[in-house]
Amino acid sequence: MTENTISPAPSAAPEKDACRGGNATDAAMPQNKSSAAQGRKKLVEVDHIQVQFGNKRHPFTAVDDVSFAIYQGETFGLVGESGSGKTTIGRSIIRINPISKGEIRFDGRRISGKLSRAEDQQITRDIQMIFQDPMSSLNERAKVGYIVAEGLYAPGHNLTEEERTKRVNQALLDVGLLPEFSSRFPHEFSGGQRQRIGIARALVMNPRFIIADEPISALDVSIRAQVLNLMSRLQKERGLTYLFIAHDLSVVRFICDRIAVIHKGRIVELAESEELFLHPLHPYTRALLSAIPQPDPEVEKHKKLLVYDPSVHDYSVDKPAFHEILPGHFIYANGKEMDEYHSMLHQ
Amino acid sequence: MPQETSTQEPLLSVRNLQFEFTLRGQVLHALRGISLSVRKGESLAIVGESGSGKSVFVNTLMGLNAPNGHITGGSILYHGQDLTKLKSNEDWLQIRGGKIAMVMQDPMTSLNPLKTIGYQIQEAVELHQGVHGEEAKKRVFDLLREVGISDPERRYHQYPHEFSGGMRQRVVIAIAVACRPEILICDEPTTALDVTIQAQILGILKQMKEKYSLTTIYITHDLGVVANVADSIAVMYAGDFVETGSCNEIFYDPRHPYTWALLSSLPQLGIKGQDLYTIVGTPPNLFYEVHGDAFAARNPHPLKIDFVRRPPMYRITDTHYVRSWLADPRAPKMDPPEHIRMLREKGIALGVAGPEYGTAVPESGEDAGSISSAAPDGRAVSCKKEASHD
Repeated sequence: MTENTISPAPSAAPEKDACRGGNATDAAMPQNKSSAAQGRKKLVEVDHIQVQFGNKRHPFTAVDDVSFAIYQGETFGLVGESGSGKTTIGRSIIRINPISKGEIRFDGRRISGKLSRAEDQQITRDIQMIFQDPMSSLNERAKVGYIVAEGLYAPGHNLTEEERTKRVNQALLDVGLLPEFSSRFPHEFSGGQRQRIGIARALVMNPRFIIADEPISALDVSIRAQVLNLMSRLQKERGLTYLFIAHDLSVVRFICDRIAVIHKGRIVELAESEELFLHPLHPYTRALLSAIPQPDPEVEKHKKLLVYDPSVHDYSVDKPAFHEILPGHFIYANGKEMDEYHSMLHQ
Repeated sequence: MPQETSTQEPLLSVRNLQFEFTLRGQVLHALRGISLSVRKGESLAIVGESGSGKSVFVNTLMGLNAPNGHITGGSILYHGQDLTKLKSNEDWLQIRGGKIAMVMQDPMTSLNPLKTIGYQIQEAVELHQGVHGEEAKKRVFDLLREVGISDPERRYHQYPHEFSGGMRQRVVIAIAVACRPEILICDEPTTALDVTIQAQILGILKQMKEKYSLTTIYITHDLGVVANVADSIAVMYAGDFVETGSCNEIFYDPRHPYTWALLSSLPQLGIKGQDLYTIVGTPPNLFYEVHGDAFAARNPHPLKIDFVRRPPMYRITDTHYVRSWLADPRAPKMDPPEHIRMLREKGIALGVAGPEYGTAVPESGEDAGSISSAAPDGRAVSCKKEASHD
């Protein structure tokens, strides 16, 4: 691994220093040069992780050498096509998929691999997930009250029935539903309301970090806006941190502070949202941006579609690595490509 | 467009079509008297939320609705033949595929997993083009190349599971085109696909339209897709077309509050850090009769008359029609939301802006006098803001 990666090598950065920007240790960390990230605390650190599926003889590497950090209170976007590994990364942070290499840290503590029981319970509370399809992610046979409360039944909470009901009602109110809905079944609700139930189910645990895996792609245009507004309101009120996984770049631009573009299990470009849209450098990012459908007939008429051809990269001799081309703007490239990207930036 | 205004005879003409489903003794009014004309070679997009009736409408065109649904009024004229009169499956087989073909939403489920791709395309070729054996096989290879599938000789013998989502959708398009239809209906053709693949599929559909001079009807809720493919747009809400017009007219000079709301709620037009515009409430329950303007309850600034009387279609230009009291000359001047004002300015620069008010088009069974007696004046103040949470 080179020094120019997104996350520092574990040995280079003791976690306790991560909260303070500008000290000697932090100066070595590339991401702290980013203006928005200055002095902010890293909540989640994904450090050179690899995820493999299949058996030992025929392994399939879904995620390869991916590193990034998510700061407290920000919305971090992960964008890529289906099969690129974006969901797998989300699932390995919440520990559904085990990682085969690397390390994931939450609030400075390692959360990948084997954990003690107490740590496990704490992480389960702190990290919650919102799923894509509200039609299939809720238990059809349980009432809304139980669906939302289910996490609170886990050992370690020791709540009385009364306290539990109180928290469920509060969670329902927070997402704009009525406590009376507890006694209803999911099929009685519309798509947007179900997604709110899904969000309430995550909120009831008082999480600090929420992984939203395509939370709005199954919803109608008018409902999308409601759910996006709800998510940003909750973020403001509770200081939540989001990992927002999506394939729709227009939505990601609106809601995310920083975006990582992932292709075939590798992050190819990472930058602040506006920077990424202003100066997309990697050919894959440019292809993705060119394909966004714009709700404007004049723009669509003159749209030029770029197609990404992975064979433009010649990595046979000159090996690629993750470089910081501008403060906070990272790209996966080799030496020759870096020169090209630099000259593109100067134009 | 609802009225035949162009000199060209419409290919498909829908008049006051009503469609109902009977469900557990209750009647659901899925289509509430809609009218539309499609010209030959036109590309029409029908936009609306789920449940607005857009799929019911195109299924009616192909006789594919569930058996508990019935046409209760109106007509669909296609080459002088009234499709609403077709009853038996045999009659419909003359229309389906050969005249009107369809590309479904989900390429994962619209192909037979047990038959090879080649078999499934060749089936359509043999049935509709009347060629068999080697000649048919050759045409399948040509079709596969046309939709951008390389190495057709190998692909011919493969099964759907060996294809990716985008490739499968290409196969579905090849099957639809193999029928040599006159009208191609695309029901959410790209919602299950990635953005890059989506752009490619839309490109292929446009190529096919040119090559086989197809008339295409798109159904979608993605306004970005609409801007790319449509010549004209029909906005559907609660089983009714609330606004129809050319692509530029709908995007740069929208008139119906629902169209305003749809365009304003797009994240592409949102400003970061601010809340997106949202449409409050839910669409009306179509099990009950809708009084007045169906959108009134969700409209932030409804008129009093919106709750009383269903507005007639107002003609803005020859191609632009809107079902809203706001288009009546006596209605108070209503400022559209900020985003729409920006779009309008662009529209004025492009020269697509129509006159401020339209003229009412009397519908069958309604005399013009009764419209003029119902004057839209005064705003209703009762806007239920409390009901904003769904």
